[in-house]
This record gives sequence, C-alpha cells and structure tokens, in this order.
Amino acid sequence: MSVLRSVLLRREAGIALMIVLFCLAVGSYKPQFLTLDSLRIILLLTPLIMIGAMGQMLVIVARHVDLSMGSMMALAAMASGMMFRYAPEIWWPLGFVLSIGTGMALGLVNGLLVTIFRLPAIIVTLGTLNLYRGLTFIVSDAKQIDRQYVPSALKAMSQTSPILGIPWIIFMSFGVALLTWWFVMHTRVGRQIYALGSNPVAAPLRGINVTKVTLIVFAISGALSGLAGIMYASRWGFVNPSNTGNGFEFQVIAAVVIGGVSINGGVGTVLGTVLGVLLLGCVAAALPLLGIPGTTQSAIYGMVILVALLIDRVVRLQGQKPGLSGARV
Amino acid sequence: MTDGIAAKPLLSARGISKQFAGVEVLGGVDLDLMPGEIHALLGENGAGKSTFAKIVAGVHRPTRGTLTLNGAQVEVTNPIVAQRLGITLIHQEPISFPDLSVAENLVLGLQDGAPLSRVPWAKMEREARRLMQLLGVDIDVTRTMRGLSIADQQMAEIARALASDSRLIIMDEPTAPLTPKEVATLFTIARRLRDEGRTIIFISHRLEEVRALCDRVTIFRDGAKVATDSITNLTDDDIIRLMIGRPLKEYMHKIGTTIGDVALKVTGLGRAGLFYDMTFEVRRGEIVGLGGLVGAGRTDVARALFGIAPADNGQIEVNGRPVQITDPTQAIGLGLAFVPEDRAQAGIFRTLSVEHNISAAVPGRIAPGGVIRRALERAVAEQSVARLSIRLASLRQPIGELSGGNQQKAILARWLLTDPQILILDEPTRGIDIGVKAEFYDMIGALAADGRAILLISSELPELLALCDRVLVMAEGRLIADLPRGVATQETIMQAAVPRSGAHEVAA
Repeated sequence: MSVLRSVLLRREAGIALMIVLFCLAVGSYKPQFLTLDSLRIILLLTPLIMIGAMGQMLVIVARHVDLSMGSMMALAAMASGMMFRYAPEIWWPLGFVLSIGTGMALGLVNGLLVTIFRLPAIIVTLGTLNLYRGLTFIVSDAKQIDRQYVPSALKAMSQTSPILGIPWIIFMSFGVALLTWWFVMHTRVGRQIYALGSNPVAAPLRGINVTKVTLIVFAISGALSGLAGIMYASRWGFVNPSNTGNGFEFQVIAAVVIGGVSINGGVGTVLGTVLGVLLLGCVAAALPLLGIPGTTQSAIYGMVILVALLIDRVVRLQGQKPGLSGARV
Repeated sequence: MTDGIAAKPLLSARGISKQFAGVEVLGGVDLDLMPGEIHALLGENGAGKSTFAKIVAGVHRPTRGTLTLNGAQVEVTNPIVAQRLGITLIHQEPISFPDLSVAENLVLGLQDGAPLSRVPWAKMEREARRLMQLLGVDIDVTRTMRGLSIADQQMAEIARALASDSRLIIMDEPTAPLTPKEVATLFTIARRLRDEGRTIIFISHRLEEVRALCDRVTIFRDGAKVATDSITNLTDDDIIRLMIGRPLKEYMHKIGTTIGDVALKVTGLGRAGLFYDMTFEVRRGEIVGLGGLVGAGRTDVARALFGIAPADNGQIEVNGRPVQITDPTQAIGLGLAFVPEDRAQAGIFRTLSVEHNISAAVPGRIAPGGVIRRALERAVAEQSVARLSIRLASLRQPIGELSGGNQQKAILARWLLTDPQILILDEPTRGIDIGVKAEFYDMIGALAADGRAILLISSELPELLALCDRVLVMAEGRLIADLPRGVATQETIMQAAVPRSGAHEVAA
C-alpha cells in the first residue's frame, strides 16, 4: 500500500469519522436527528452543492478557482425560467439543455480570459461574479420567475421518484459525482488536470495542452453551475435574480476544501469532496434542530470550515517527517 | 568504444550556434555522437556545454546550425518532439509532477489517443514496474513522486527515457546532488544502457567521474568546442589546459592599498552537507577572492557568514572578537554586508522605486521616530546615485526597469549606506556588460582602499586575478588552496577548483 494512498484514505476516513461523530453528538441531544427523515432532509440540502463542488474541485485541482459559480447558476436558471415564461408549452426538459448550455458558455468566457490574457482566475471570476449577476438583473428586468411558470414536472423532480420515493435530484447529484470520478481517474484529460495543477511549469514541457485543459475545466465548472441552476428552479420552484445562487460559490469552495482538495492544486478526490458536501449538509440540517437562530448560521458554517482545516493540518503535520513537506517545485 | 570505427553517428550537430539577446553563447559547434558511447561535455561555467545539451533536447532552438539524427535532418522544436525522436534530457533536479504517481509520471505525455480515451492503469503500472526492474531499482511505482529522494527521482527520469525508448539520454550534472553510493548505482545503470547501444551525454565538473564513466570527451570554452577526443588520450592536465586556455584579459590594475588588521577570521567553519572546515581571514583594505566551480559551496559560506543559513560548527571572529551570527540582523549589526548573486530573488524589491530600494537598508536614518521624511529619503538616495554613478531616468522609477548593472549598483548603494566594514560580494558582475563591469572593479578597489575588508565570490578567473590580493579556492565544500597574488593564475586556480582523481578525497 503506497504512502500516499494510505494518507488519502486516512484523510477521507477522517472526514467520514467527523460526520459520524457530529451526527452522534447532535443525536444525543435530539434523537430525531438520527432518523430516516432527517437523512432525507440532509440529502435534499446537498444536491446543488454536490454538483457545484464537482466542478469547483476540477478547477481547484488545476490550481485555479471559480468564484463566479453562483452568478453563472443564476443567469443560467434565469435563461431557462424566462423560456418557460414566454413559451409555457415548450417541452420542459429543454430547460436543462438551455441552462447547462448557458452555464458552459459563461464558463468558457472565464476560461478564455484566464488563458488568453493570462489573468489570475481569482480576479477574472471575481469580475464575472459581478458581471453575470448584473446580467441576470438586466435580462430579467429584476423580476422573479414565479412558481406558476416553472413546469410542475420539473418541480416534481425534487419531490419524489419511483425508486423508494427518493427525489430525482439526489440521484442526479450522485450520478454527476460518479461521472466526475470516472472522468478524473480514467480519461487522459482527467489526469492532465492533476498534472497541470501539480506542476504548471512542467506541464507544457510534457506535451500537455495547458490552454485546452484550462478551458475544459472552466467549461465544466460553468456547465455544472448551469445544471445546478435548473435544479434550483426544480427544488425551490422559482428563480430570483438576487437570491438564486447567492453565496453558492462559498458553500461549494468550503465543501471542496473540507473534502481535502488542496488549494495549491494537484490534489483532491471525488470521494473526499462528496464527504465534504455531506458534512456541510449535516451541519446545515442540525442547526435549526438545535434551535440555533438563522443569524448565527453563517458564523457556525465558517467555524466548521476552519475546524476541518485545522484538524487536517494537524493530522498531516503528524503524518509527515520533517523535510518532507517541502515546497513544490 | 566505437571511436575510430567507421560506425554511423547517431546524432550529428553541424554549426550549432545560439544567441541570447544578441550575445552569442554558442558558436558553430560540430559534434558527432556515436551509438553506444558515453560522451562527456566539459567546460567552465558558461562555456556552452549546457546550452548545447539543451538545444539537442529541444529546450532551446539554435540560432543557426543543423541536427541530423540517424542520417536524417531533424528540427527539435520542443522537448516533446525531442522525446518522440528518442532524445531525453534528465535535469539535475528532475522536473516532475509531485502529486502524481511514479508510474503516471513515466508515461505522461507519451500516450496517444483521444482526450477521453481511457487511462490504462494496470498496464501503466505493469510497464513502470518492468522498467524499474530493468534499472534494478526498488521504487514503489504507485506512490507519488513527492517525497522521493533526488536519486530516486533521477532513476524515475531515466525510466521515463526508457519508456519512450530514448536512444540519446542527456544527463546534466546528475551526480552533484547524489551520495557516492547513489553515484555508483547511476554509473552501473549508465554503463548498462550504453551496452544496449544507447548514447549518453554526461555533463559533469568532476574529472574523476568523467574518467571512470566516459568513452569520449568534448571540451567547450567560451561558447565554442575546442576538442573532442577519447578520454584515454587526455591527461587531467590536458583537459584543464583545454578548458581555460583563453587569453588572459587584464581589466584593471589594482591601486596599492595598505592592508591593515584582521577584520574577519573564520576557523573550522562548517555546515553539514554544504561546506567543511573553512579557515581563512580577511584583513582591512584587502580583497580576498573566493573561487571555485558553481556548487563548490562558496555561496553557502557567504550565507553562513551573514547568518542566513548559519554554520553548524567552527568560529567566526570580527575585529578580533569571537561572535555568534545566527541571523542577518546580527551580521548587519557587526558591520557585515552581503550582496547576493541572485538580485531578482534576494536583492531587490522589483516593483518599488530606486529610491525606496536604496533607502530600505537604513530605515532608521530616513525615518527618525518611525515616520519617513521624504526629503531625507530623497537626499540619501540622490547621494548614492551620484556616488555610484547609477544611470536612471528618475529616482521614482521602478528598479526593475534599470539595466542589470545599474540594478546591481543600486543594491550595492543600499548596503554602502550601512557603512559596512566587511563586504561580501557574490558574483557582483554576473550578467553585466563589460563597460559597467570596469566601473564596478574601480568601485570595489576604492572600497578596499577605504579600509574595508572585501570577500569577493566570482566564477570569472580574470576578475579574481585582476582584483584580489589573495584567492581562496573551494572544491566540493572544502578550501583547497589559498593563493597569494602572483601565485594565482588561471592554471593554479583551475587545478585547485576541479575535483579530480587523487587530488583530494570526496566527502561521503
């Protein structure tokens, strides 16, 4: 068993352990937390973040970051919402096509700005975070897409399915995770994302088309934001230009980082990210149950992230011999 | 080996030249590399051997000249093309993807196929294991590169060369970071590869290694090839003469100065793995050169004296008093100044103005009470600029816009403001044009005449000979010679600087 693999396993086992301990702790105060019902609540809280986290994971592994996810999600959802409002008779699954396509186009713009002009992704996506949000207001004339316009078949996807009554969007989010796992572990481009993030200087010397890989990563991040957007319409039944996707990117980045994806690039697994998302979901589900007011939720979220990072840091420092931690080449 | 036999060369270089920013660093090199030989490239620092190797490996494009591989002319436009042609360059510090597994590192960039084609993990790992077995090294191919020793990373690089079935493997100073045992393993493998008919270019400073391993040598000097011969036809002295045999250029004659008391005395100074048992002294008014090849440990000694990476053992005395120097602030307090070689990294604040760069050394003087007085700062900077005749458009200009020589002057100006009594200069004239160089030499001479003690690290022999009262020569972390003016010549310095058979023991 290789050293790395066991470290990673420990890392993922560590998050799993945190989830179990957290649930047991909450459950000892409020036994109803340990029921199937609350599992359903947790799972329903996570699909959007899960899908966003897969895209963000790829971007961060490539040593970039995508701050514009929430705005891409809003603009993509708004595009579909307006289509539903103007053409109520349209075949509703086209909403998925339009939303994902819009997201992908917006992601490509991010990618092009990063690759052509060699701008840092954090600046580019900070810019488009505001730009795309602004465009959402402009195209929607700052008006919400109300419940009556969102097709009921779309809304039903978040309610149930023929399989044990588990809503479709939960299956979809795990499906996306599985696809991402296949993509990063079994395709050449997937591996090149890790190589690029691991050593951007060496990557072109080894025949990696850095521009192409970077564009792909941002396009996927955009497309998955678009998917999250149409799922938002399904889950909540409306699209609002200021609320939809607001702060989404930060929840997503938190989940990814808790899941052990290194902000320095090159390191991160789908399993770790999934566990990071679930841990956030557990915390989000537990807070109202524990009677913690909504006003403190943000602070608690932030603390969870910092605690997870601290635990990770301590575990890693202990698992490492001195001198091994070395700066990257 | 195949020398003399009418075998067809694997690679023929004809008229290979290279210019960097208009300066010719390599001129008209012709060289034939035979299949199944280990060919050493030798030369002083900057003689052009690494540039030549990098052109063959596609890292640099030649300005002129052609490469012929197996009888067909080839354009090696980048390292990937080189690898496809069967040419692999192994860097001294291997470039790898630290987060990927060893097996992935071996094949990355080699696989063809659509972007979404599958990664054959099992096959990849099997192949990697086979290559490691072939090399006779025990490396777990599923672990990540991060944390592998340099030697193991080199082995992985060699395995990568084999994965692409390279016929020409270039090793650029591979032994420098290795222990003697690792060197022995590397040599065994190199010989085995040669016996399979592959060609190896071996770049090294160590004559004893070249003698132990190589079949033929090519010697470079001042960007040109001066000789190619079988190693058995050349003595160590021949090789050294060929390496340095350029006409001595006298830049300046040092003004006579009175040499005073001992300013800096070092006894038995050492830092494990870098340098050992250094004992020397520098007197007021004296310029002492520190010569040797790159990697001999000269800079490490300077860093230890300045407290950046303090010595583990030995003693430092400043003006006759024993002192402990564990960080640069102490060194500055004791009147030391260190102008490092790498301006970009250790010397300048690139985006700040010349003025701020100069005044950075004396915050106390320009900011009495903690508040910077602009007028004071300006006056201090103007004085320095005038004194060192720094050429600039404006004091507010970012220092990064100045030429290398003027940047270097600005850094020197900064240190002179602290009025150091002991000045350590590390390659002060590297990358500076000849005109500014002469100014620098005058300046260094004047500083010594003022009664300062100067320790000058330089790889340029004429510079050492022209400026220094004495030249200390280091090789492989040890002080080999202490040559007074008159005894120091290009020959005596190089004799001491080049580690070679029987000259001294290599530390384990």
